[in-house]
Amino acid sequence: MSDIQNNDARYAIGIDLGTTHSALSYVDLQASDGEQADQGVLGIPQLSAPGTVEALPLLPSFLYLPHPDELAPGELALPWTNGQAAPVVGEMARSRGAGTPIRLVSSAKSWLSHPSVDRRAAILPTDAPEEVERVSPLAASTRYLEHLKAAWDATHPDAPFERQAVTVTIPASFDPAARELTAEAARIAGYGSPTLLEEPQAALYSWIEGSGGRWRKQVQAGDIVLVVDVGGGTSDFSLIAILERDGNLEPHRVAVGDHILLGGDNMDLALAHLVARKLQANGTQLDAWQMRALTYACRGAKEHLLADADATTWPIVVPSRGSKLIGGSIRTELTRDEVTTFITDGFFPRVEAGARPAVRTRAGLTQVGLPYAQDAAVTRHLAAFLARQAGATAALEGFDGNVDPNHTFLHPSAVLFNGGVFKSDILAQRVMDTLNDWLTMEGAQAARMLEGADLDLAVARGAAYYGYARRGGGVRIRGGTARSYYVGVESSMPAIPGFEPPLEALCVAPFGMEEGSELELPGQEFGLVVGEPVHFRFFGSSVRRQDHIGTVLESWNPDELQELNEIQATLPAEGRTPGDAVQVKLHAVATEAGTLELVAVARDGQRWKVEFDVRSTEQ
Amino acid sequence: MSQPTNLPSFWSRLSLAFGAFFKTLGDAEFAARVRDDQVGPIAAPAPAPAPEPKPAPAPLRIATPDAALQLLGLLQREARLIDFANENITVYADADIGAAARLVHEGCARVLREHFTIEPVRGELEGARVTLPEGFDAASVRLTGNVVGKAPFTGTLSHRGWRARDVRLPQLADKHDAGIIAPAEVEL
Repeated sequence: MSDIQNNDARYAIGIDLGTTHSALSYVDLQASDGEQADQGVLGIPQLSAPGTVEALPLLPSFLYLPHPDELAPGELALPWTNGQAAPVVGEMARSRGAGTPIRLVSSAKSWLSHPSVDRRAAILPTDAPEEVERVSPLAASTRYLEHLKAAWDATHPDAPFERQAVTVTIPASFDPAARELTAEAARIAGYGSPTLLEEPQAALYSWIEGSGGRWRKQVQAGDIVLVVDVGGGTSDFSLIAILERDGNLEPHRVAVGDHILLGGDNMDLALAHLVARKLQANGTQLDAWQMRALTYACRGAKEHLLADADATTWPIVVPSRGSKLIGGSIRTELTRDEVTTFITDGFFPRVEAGARPAVRTRAGLTQVGLPYAQDAAVTRHLAAFLARQAGATAALEGFDGNVDPNHTFLHPSAVLFNGGVFKSDILAQRVMDTLNDWLTMEGAQAARMLEGADLDLAVARGAAYYGYARRGGGVRIRGGTARSYYVGVESSMPAIPGFEPPLEALCVAPFGMEEGSELELPGQEFGLVVGEPVHFRFFGSSVRRQDHIGTVLESWNPDELQELNEIQATLPAEGRTPGDAVQVKLHAVATEAGTLELVAVARDGQRWKVEFDVRSTEQ
Repeated sequence: MSQPTNLPSFWSRLSLAFGAFFKTLGDAEFAARVRDDQVGPIAAPAPAPAPEPKPAPAPLRIATPDAALQLLGLLQREARLIDFANENITVYADADIGAAARLVHEGCARVLREHFTIEPVRGELEGARVTLPEGFDAASVRLTGNVVGKAPFTGTLSHRGWRARDVRLPQLADKHDAGIIAPAEVEL
């Protein structure tokens, strides 16, 4: 395996494959030197209306599946399709789909990381009628990636995409299966072998790059940077410790949070429902079309009220649907109190450090949809994350003295915000105030906010900078894998009637595996039967840093280990007799591409990959 | 657009006919156009037109309708401008008109911001004294009032002017009919 893909690349390309928007940024490798990277953001040509192509900095991550009679022929051509219809991706997909949601694929990324569905099965849009040909979460993600590649190739004919160093970002909370699926979508889209990078890390890279070298003045060795990334559809937390090695500052990512489906779109929707209720009380009933227009208007009003602390109200106009604009429009307003109650206090309440997100037991059927966060309070999720990671820096060089057993949560010293939600200083300040309350209660110094982040494009920009940094051009964040992984093994106890044999967890991949490393599970051999799939229960932990490969856990706290989708190993029958048992050892490989692989290795050296993403159970 | 909508009345046709009669007599080029535009007798196809003699006065350019229609489409989509202008506002109270105007204003501003880069022609504040040197660009500065004498001219800036530095209109597909400013909507 070569260390770095495409050694002759001219550009390092960074792709932010977001839940609601995607973006592409690039660094010209030849024109960059040291921490001075020559960087740009690609304007992405996309349909903004039938027959109309515009280059916009963001590509809305939506796919529209038009009815055959819906659009005139030739109206769906893109600059690179030679007059042929292209898949409807981007701005027009978003706006068309608002009027015809049964044909709109949205949040494909959340579906791609949804463990309870078959992500290769054509299931989207979930509420589409029979005649609509659905697509799989994998295929939808592939379409977005293909569009970005084609947009690049159309504007850079002398630097073909597949010859560049490409980095695609993923939430830090993605499990191995979701990472693998993202890499697969990129491969299908013709990306060669792209590298994956966690979004909060990308945000920090972008901040480092944007500071033009001055970041060394803003953070010191011993700092712990908390990255709070609240995007359109997800919230993601990471902790990055700043170490000093050989006189250089080196960021180490020490912890990542859980996957939380909660973002700016939920906030807009919450406000729209509030205003709709207000209108209903006055006898005005909104239809579905008006409700969407209202959500859009509420977003604008929210942005104004959260940006300008002096504004007390903001008017909201829901336009009429017909051509009578003045006669048919509905006028109302959003007040500061409402925004404060619903957004600032609703999504960012000033809770105590001991607060935890509410968890309701779900009815069995809710698994059909996306597993949205049940508690809307970002600050409660944050409190839970910091408490769980209280010991995250215990084993870190230079930090060993800093972990105080009396601390109930990990104390960050600096905060970097990312995501459009934090364009509002009020919300960023609310998170800072809440966090600093917690710190003050434990007698710690207040954390400071890192200035100068580019909230919309930081992830794409940081990803491109990372592609550059990998080639030795700049600072790199270390840290390796952010979780340890375990397979479930039945303990060899005599059977007791009425009791399931207790399950033990065998560590197959420890925390912090560096990219490009491979570890062998010592001692243990598994007998696999040729041609017969073997399933293992699979667990991940974001807190058990001390476990080595081969460690066996007989018991654990429920919040220490999370059960992931089961994994499967199948020995193909080639060259062997079906039914034969083969002794294999398990190896864990942290790939250069940023994915984790489990490999079964036979005594004769033959290797098979263990699949994280097991297809639907009927197989 | 293929169907002319305002046909000339009889009286204007009469006056047109007289005009055409005398112009055909007096103007050989016009006469040739009458001959060739299939209204009059059709002449044998002329040989490939010789390079036209440079017309003495600069001809007027005819703006292509596509870009104008496209801009109308954008203003309608983002700002509902056609709806707004075509509505009879006399029957509504100012508060209702104001509510709609917010929508129109916000949308128009968005269209201007996203598709044009517009900046003032003059950087000075309005009301400031400005001096225009000899050879100033008369297209970007209009003199009003007591326009006498020779440059340099000194006066008060009453409007800063606007200049479009950049225009970024969307590209259109080959067969796209820009004449449809907003399609009719039918909800099924």
